[in-house]
Amino acid sequence: MTDTLTDASPLSFEEALERFDPVLGFEVHVELNTKTKMFSSAPNAFGDEPNTNVNEVCLGLPGTLPVVNGKAVEYAVKLGLALNCEIAERCRFARKQYFYPDTPKNWQTSQYDEPIAFDGYLDIELDDGEVFRVEIERAHMEEDAGKLTHAGTSGRIQGADYSLVDYNRSGIPLVEIVTKPIVGAGARAPELARAYVSAVRDIVKGLDISDAKMERGNVRCDANVSMMPKGTTTFGTRSETKNVNSLRAVEHAVTYEMRRHAGILAAGGTIVQETRHWQEGSRTTSSGRPKSDADDYRYFPEPDLVPIVTTAAWVEELRAQLPEPPADRKRRLLAAWGFSEQEFRDVVAAGLLDEIDETVAAGVSPSVARKWWMGEISRLANARDLEPAALGVEPGTISALNGLITQGRINDKIARQVLEHVIAGEGTPEEIVTVRGLEVVSDDSGALTAAVEKAMAGNPDVVEKIAAGKLKAIGALIGPVMKETRGQADAGKVREIVLAKLGIEG
Amino acid sequence: MTTHTHELIRLTAAEMAAKLRAGEITSVALTQAHLDRIAAVDGGERGINAFLHVSEEEALRTAAEVDAIRAAGGAEAEALHPLAGVPIAVKDLIVTQGQPTTAGSKMLDGWMSPYDATVVTRLRDAKLPILGKTNLDEFAMGSSTEHSAYGVTRNPWDITRIPGGSGGGSAAAVAAFEAPLALGTDTGGSIRQPGAMTGTVGGKPTYGAVSRYGAIAMASSLDQIGPVARTTEDAALLHELIAGHDPKDSTSLTGEVPALAETVRGADVSGLRVGVIKQLQGEGYQEGVLARFHEALDALRAAGAEIVEVDCPSFEYALGAYYLIMPSEASSNLAKFDGVRYGTRVLPEAGPLTIERVMGSTRAAGFGDEVKRRIILGTYALSAGYYDAYYGSAQKVRTLIQQDFDAAFTKADVLISPTSPTVAFPLGEKDDDPLAMYLNDVATIPANLAGIPGLSVPGGLSEGLPVGIQFLAPIREDARVYRAGAALEKLLTQDAEPLWAQAPELAETAEAAAHAAGK
Repeated sequence: MTDTLTDASPLSFEEALERFDPVLGFEVHVELNTKTKMFSSAPNAFGDEPNTNVNEVCLGLPGTLPVVNGKAVEYAVKLGLALNCEIAERCRFARKQYFYPDTPKNWQTSQYDEPIAFDGYLDIELDDGEVFRVEIERAHMEEDAGKLTHAGTSGRIQGADYSLVDYNRSGIPLVEIVTKPIVGAGARAPELARAYVSAVRDIVKGLDISDAKMERGNVRCDANVSMMPKGTTTFGTRSETKNVNSLRAVEHAVTYEMRRHAGILAAGGTIVQETRHWQEGSRTTSSGRPKSDADDYRYFPEPDLVPIVTTAAWVEELRAQLPEPPADRKRRLLAAWGFSEQEFRDVVAAGLLDEIDETVAAGVSPSVARKWWMGEISRLANARDLEPAALGVEPGTISALNGLITQGRINDKIARQVLEHVIAGEGTPEEIVTVRGLEVVSDDSGALTAAVEKAMAGNPDVVEKIAAGKLKAIGALIGPVMKETRGQADAGKVREIVLAKLGIEG
Repeated sequence: MTTHTHELIRLTAAEMAAKLRAGEITSVALTQAHLDRIAAVDGGERGINAFLHVSEEEALRTAAEVDAIRAAGGAEAEALHPLAGVPIAVKDLIVTQGQPTTAGSKMLDGWMSPYDATVVTRLRDAKLPILGKTNLDEFAMGSSTEHSAYGVTRNPWDITRIPGGSGGGSAAAVAAFEAPLALGTDTGGSIRQPGAMTGTVGGKPTYGAVSRYGAIAMASSLDQIGPVARTTEDAALLHELIAGHDPKDSTSLTGEVPALAETVRGADVSGLRVGVIKQLQGEGYQEGVLARFHEALDALRAAGAEIVEVDCPSFEYALGAYYLIMPSEASSNLAKFDGVRYGTRVLPEAGPLTIERVMGSTRAAGFGDEVKRRIILGTYALSAGYYDAYYGSAQKVRTLIQQDFDAAFTKADVLISPTSPTVAFPLGEKDDDPLAMYLNDVATIPANLAGIPGLSVPGGLSEGLPVGIQFLAPIREDARVYRAGAALEKLLTQDAEPLWAQAPELAETAEAAAHAAGK
């Protein structure tokens, strides 16, 4: 028994919000996709054999010295600008010191009181269009730690039979984005959490400074949650849920922590300031190590590095290179394309915004571009277990296929076949149609009329229905005609001939 | 030992290089002569113990390579570095592929570096046979080389005395003719003070002039690799070879390496303003040391130098600031020695094998007392709540010292002081008094705090033991200390043998030593 109550049943989400207001805070770590590591020339790559992407510097061997990766600094400045931050004219790295085997020097080289970017904000659009401004305190550079694998049932270093360490990740450049406390999100806190992390992910992807795959840990979120009684303004004690690595998990973790805090506070208990681990299976968090503001990392300026100096001219040059902010771009494209909200969300979820945008730029209508990418191309990609973009379909290909269809030279079905041949590398759609003789059967030779007559003769009941005014029944004749012409008939033309034969005005 | 060997090893490095170029000697013979000397005087109970590792095979291989290139002649022979074939010793704080690197600590017993320090790469590229690795105070922490985990190094002038430290091994090796050249590292005087104690020349380049890549760090903002030799010309030649920008060291300076050997050869001091630092003389300085110092001033004045006095009031706080900054950085730099990845691992005697306990028992067993003392000091000084008072204040003192130097250098072109307040003290004398040991560096530390170059040259004997004279110059003005140092060297040796030639003969074997002791 302890004197102070630190555990109680969580309240329901609704009960929690009746009595308390949540305060959120996020630390999002973004792994940069530079070719080499933050302070060494070892490759920055994912998925290789353990301890192969290492050299003496990122292993922290005696005598080694760090050298700052200039590209990483450039990326950090770009990210800072995209987060509407001020960029420091001069900043330094510091050593954050603690003994842990995933950190080969037993200190992490990180920016402490001199972040490269600070005082920014991000406007987050929620599903219903409401915009919530999240203030960014700082974005600072640091290096990633190695990866520990703990053998045994605990899955943690405490109680492990033994632990294995892979230093491939050691020294990969990171930018850590820290928000100011986020107050006033209320019931929308979990949704905001998800939208914020999603927005950060979109930004780093748009800047092409990170692979941005949460499942690989390229973007990792630590979610801070505290609750304060309604009507008060003093923040409660916070918990920090570490390494929440999917958007869904971010939303659930914030929800759970709000309920857990509320349960303890409502029962008269106190919140332990600690790190928490996200449990995907139960959608709960579990206690990690206690963390106090007084954790002593004995920071001091890294004496092996010289300060980073950014000139105004360089910062402006980078600012000029920034792509349109993802949120602005989405708003613009939604309005321009005329998709429904649901259609647009599906496109975004499928990650095909860029592809459709480029296809539209190549002269294809947005709806046709969407139909191709969300339909046939996605299907072919799925069958090959690839991302649609990985099939290598050029916007020009879609444009050419679409042109052939509008000219009546091929139909949709043939177009799909042509696409497969394009993907197989047989040439342009035009070349494939010519070489393979795939052009639709025109009626110059009377072949199409003959095929239609044959189909009509073979389906007198259908003809009767059409004659009686049920024009939809024409569809039943299309199949036999296609069969006769090996698919190369133009359905519109077939319809014309049938109607003409029956003397009906189309 | 043959007469030939006796003469060969007493040549200066510049003379050796000239004879090699002229084809009068071979590098193999020269290298073998030094290996023989090491075998004769370094081991045994009364041996110098300058070397922790001797790399006979590798040194002879490099020597043979140089000889072959010279014999073949042509462009490749022409392209050889002037020092090619001249053997050298390397302080065991500097990592070498294929030879062990211990830093004088049990912590790295048996460790082999998988990479070469940049200075070692330069030596290899220039084809200097590397004789081996020299002794030092553990992780370069000390002023006597008594804190090595591998035994003390003895002063060739008196084997009952310390050779200075931390680079006592390099200095003693050069003084005892075991090597004509050596590399040292200087964080608070570890090249210059042993130079003074052994009658050799020791240079601390401007911070950043020589790459630190591969020098096991004690205090990153103070450490600097530099040359150890018997003459200023030899030191200058080695300095030129190791200096120059290195992209692997972010604190490395860019720009031309000054022509130091040329400066040495034409050195004179007429018109040179030499500043005597008021704070670095008097109390705490031995009479004999001050006597040699004043003779040096007289000689310089007679040769046309203008002697002025400069005031550096903040030097009073230099030692205090140094003993906060150095341990702070050292406590961090030495955190990596934890038994997890390399080097010594010591398991706890009982109880569970958790990572914290293995790290703890490894560090408890692997580090010596002086290292632990400094780690504890530094950890304390960097702790939250103490940082501003200790590390923060020390950095302010550092700035004040730099300002003192700036002001002094408006009045003087170079500054001068005794290198050390005392001559070499007996082994064991300061064992129980770390503060007395720290005071030995009072004159050398300010240069490290300010990042400026310094050079210690022999200034005569006191009580039969060498006295060192130190010159200091502004950042990047390394040529000035060589100019002044070479001029003083010339003045003091024009009517006398160089100091190094006056050193007593060393007993050459343990038996000979026993025999000599018995007489």
